[in-house]
Amino acid sequence: MSQYDVINTRAPRLDAADKATGRAVFVDDMKMPGMLYGALLQSPHAHAKILSIDTSQALKLPGVKAVVTHKEAGAVKYGVSPARYDETLFCVDKARYVGDEIAAVAAVDLETALEAVSLIKVDYEELPAVFTVDDAIKEGAPQLHDEYPGNICAEVHQEFGDVKSGFAESDLIKTTIFKNKRQDAGFIEPQGCLAHYDRSGRLTLYSSTQVPHYVQRTVAMVLGLPIGKVRVVKPYVGAGFGIKAAANPMEMAACLLSMKTGKPVKMSFTRKQVFMYGRARHQFVHKLTTGVKKDGTIMALEHEAWLDGGAYASFGIATVYYSGSLLGGPYKLPHMKYDGYRVYNNKPACGAQRGHGGVAARAAWEQQLDMIAEELHIDPIELRLKNMMVTGDVTCNDLNMSSLGMKECIEAVREKSDWDGKKGKLPEGKGIGMACGFFVSGAGYPIYRSDTYHGTVIVKLTEDGGNAIVYTASAEIGQGSDTTFGMIAAEALGISLDNVRVVSGDTDFGIDLGAYSSRQTLMTGHATKEAAESAKNQVLKVLSDELNIPVDEMDVKNNRIVFKNGPADFSALRTRYLKEHRGWTDHPTEDHLTFNEAARIAYLAKGSIVGTGKYKPPVLGGKFKGAAVGTSPAYGCSAQITEVTVDMKTGQITVDNVTGAHDCGLAINKTSVEAQMEGSVSMGLGEALFEEVKFDDKGNVINCDLAEYKIATALDMPQITPVIIETNEPNGPFGAKEVGEGAIMPVIPAILNAVYDAIGKRIFELPLSAERVFFAMNKKDKE
Amino acid sequence: MKQIIHLTINGKAYEVAVKPNQTLVDLIRYDLGLTGTKKGCEVGDCGSCTVILNGKAVNSCLVLAMEADGCDITTIEGLETEEGLHPLQQAFVEKQGAQCGFCTPGMILSAKSLLDKNPKPSEHEIRKAISGNLCRCTGYAKIVTSIQAAAEELAK
Repeated sequence: MSQYDVINTRAPRLDAADKATGRAVFVDDMKMPGMLYGALLQSPHAHAKILSIDTSQALKLPGVKAVVTHKEAGAVKYGVSPARYDETLFCVDKARYVGDEIAAVAAVDLETALEAVSLIKVDYEELPAVFTVDDAIKEGAPQLHDEYPGNICAEVHQEFGDVKSGFAESDLIKTTIFKNKRQDAGFIEPQGCLAHYDRSGRLTLYSSTQVPHYVQRTVAMVLGLPIGKVRVVKPYVGAGFGIKAAANPMEMAACLLSMKTGKPVKMSFTRKQVFMYGRARHQFVHKLTTGVKKDGTIMALEHEAWLDGGAYASFGIATVYYSGSLLGGPYKLPHMKYDGYRVYNNKPACGAQRGHGGVAARAAWEQQLDMIAEELHIDPIELRLKNMMVTGDVTCNDLNMSSLGMKECIEAVREKSDWDGKKGKLPEGKGIGMACGFFVSGAGYPIYRSDTYHGTVIVKLTEDGGNAIVYTASAEIGQGSDTTFGMIAAEALGISLDNVRVVSGDTDFGIDLGAYSSRQTLMTGHATKEAAESAKNQVLKVLSDELNIPVDEMDVKNNRIVFKNGPADFSALRTRYLKEHRGWTDHPTEDHLTFNEAARIAYLAKGSIVGTGKYKPPVLGGKFKGAAVGTSPAYGCSAQITEVTVDMKTGQITVDNVTGAHDCGLAINKTSVEAQMEGSVSMGLGEALFEEVKFDDKGNVINCDLAEYKIATALDMPQITPVIIETNEPNGPFGAKEVGEGAIMPVIPAILNAVYDAIGKRIFELPLSAERVFFAMNKKDKE
Repeated sequence: MKQIIHLTINGKAYEVAVKPNQTLVDLIRYDLGLTGTKKGCEVGDCGSCTVILNGKAVNSCLVLAMEADGCDITTIEGLETEEGLHPLQQAFVEKQGAQCGFCTPGMILSAKSLLDKNPKPSEHEIRKAISGNLCRCTGYAKIVTSIQAAAEELAK
């Protein structure tokens, strides 16, 4: 039995009924009196000088209320990392991809706004464009940004230990090159927003975002507003997966249009615009050279990565660092060298997506480790166990594995999947494969340099004493964070989840860096726990004064006050409580003092009882350049074993089942942990088998809808057996850490390794389409 | 030019003027304010606008409002009764069939359409019935479990 009353259970989500009944309000469900509709004019050219913009015809169209371009917006540079602010709200001198924002219109209805957009005349001078890494880095290639010559957005050069000596001590050195494809996050709710600038000069932006705080800062910075006048509110959000983790130009355009018109302005991306805007997983090319001893001991890794970045930096600086740093674990690795390059070109920018920066690198390496195991005649699981880090280990790039249940994960999936009974024993066309991975439980540092808290939380007890309200600016985007914080608050207060309400996603409630880097459970969780404990202690302090019992001799559990040293005489308090409730039919009659009574008494003594909490990680990481990226207070980790069937005639792959184990520290909500694991499998499976954003030779996305860009349907998904492995993370609230992204890490390589087991041929490029698998198999036949 | 149509939504009769190019989803969401029906792609790929029209689950973004003249429609708002949640809704609550919740109304209506015709579906039949409803959060695992639980409850 768990020592906890609320957490570590399968409590239904707090938002479940609203979502099952259609009551949950998403931004496009909102409407305001006098609301206008906005639309964007986006560049039809991948690379073009803007000679002139004529908005006069658009402005004349009846129903049009405002047209804005860079003239109205200004040219404040923004982006994700302050080190690479390379975007302006609207193009000033040139457009750098098909979709780059040129202007925006607000009108009385969407039809009028769209018609007005078509009436804006832009005189373009087309420029030569580049669409691949190889073309972009050629001598004399068209340059996207004057400030970043050679189209190099960022490069990273790191060496930990001495890879040369590591290779010198190795018996086997293996090099492979691996390539994934640009992904789309495929969230079902397109980005949307509703901006309202009121006559007192306050701006409220409702947006489908993962990061109200960063959006608030970016909007204020770009539009030149005092940050205190900008409020960002996140209604329910139809998921984000990283793409909604930064301010987008539509949000800022809506704000500007609202400022110009004094009316609320609503804007939404169409599905095509979601694809045009991009910002999802990069295409990576990873060249990995690994040295091992005969017994399988990993000695050194040399890693070169090329990231196809698109037109702007977006999250790319962090991506190119993550791509290297996330191979520092979970295996003991004494020597690691990393050279990473992120290259600009005239496609939409890539950014962060679930498993940020690490997914393709992990796939590449876990496949290579399997190849090494085979050459050394070692079972792939044994090779991994031999090299696995344990709790307390620190990677060569200074990532501290303060808890690591990796071995437990591996043992669990080995047993549950019957690996020993199947590996090497399946017929042709059937295969089994395994892989491991890990991920941060929140980035160790904010995106902008600051000593800010990463999360602040307010827990207020209702004045009647009966309930607690958790106020947090964190972002519930589907992962279940509201429920997590409700459970943490209830546990810390000693009351039931029914008595807790969570209000979130509003910058008025404080600072929270938002839903990215799998940070909220640990970071916002800490702040929630601290706030709830503070509120509880304030109640106990009043009781202590009233009853003359020291605070530390009391506690709250199951909605009642616990007197640790035997019963206390609280009759005077009850009498006061009952006097206030003459005529009520639900008087407390229990032989214990209820929390409700105690909290009411505390209110009568002190006024509203408000507890506050805050969290920021300690100083983490090494001293080298880029040491911050990859640091985290804790790391979650995963192992998966996957079985596939490959049609030996067509190359068509069916994933039959996935057995996955994830170490999430203590599971606050077990059902939600499983749900994250299952969702991770679906995103990884899609990327492994069919997802690829494709372009024509002019830079247009050609599969910009959910029919041609395939994501997994219910029929594509295998049976998933999720296993929760619980370690006690010392840096996590109640021992909790991440699950949202670590669980995607093994998905692709486990499939790659299973496909090899089925067909006897390695494939080094995604997706594993039937065509690619077919050609790989036929190549084998010729040999 | 707008034209008057008559339709029944969740048991209530409506008389509305609609434009020739207006889709049923826009009528339901923006004119009638039944925003439980979602819009994710507008071209029939994602299924989040699913409603039950004359007993059949359809993408309401692919139906012109005028085509719905005389039709009987159920949206997610029509499933609750005075007794509480529909068993499918209850199962989605208990089994965590929803994460972000954006696909959930459409998912539940596709499931209802299935269970209305086939009260004891196999797992494959369930997966097939919701294969036009895309979900990026759940991997469908807990959605399938929710529908199975609802089917059991309805069979009682």
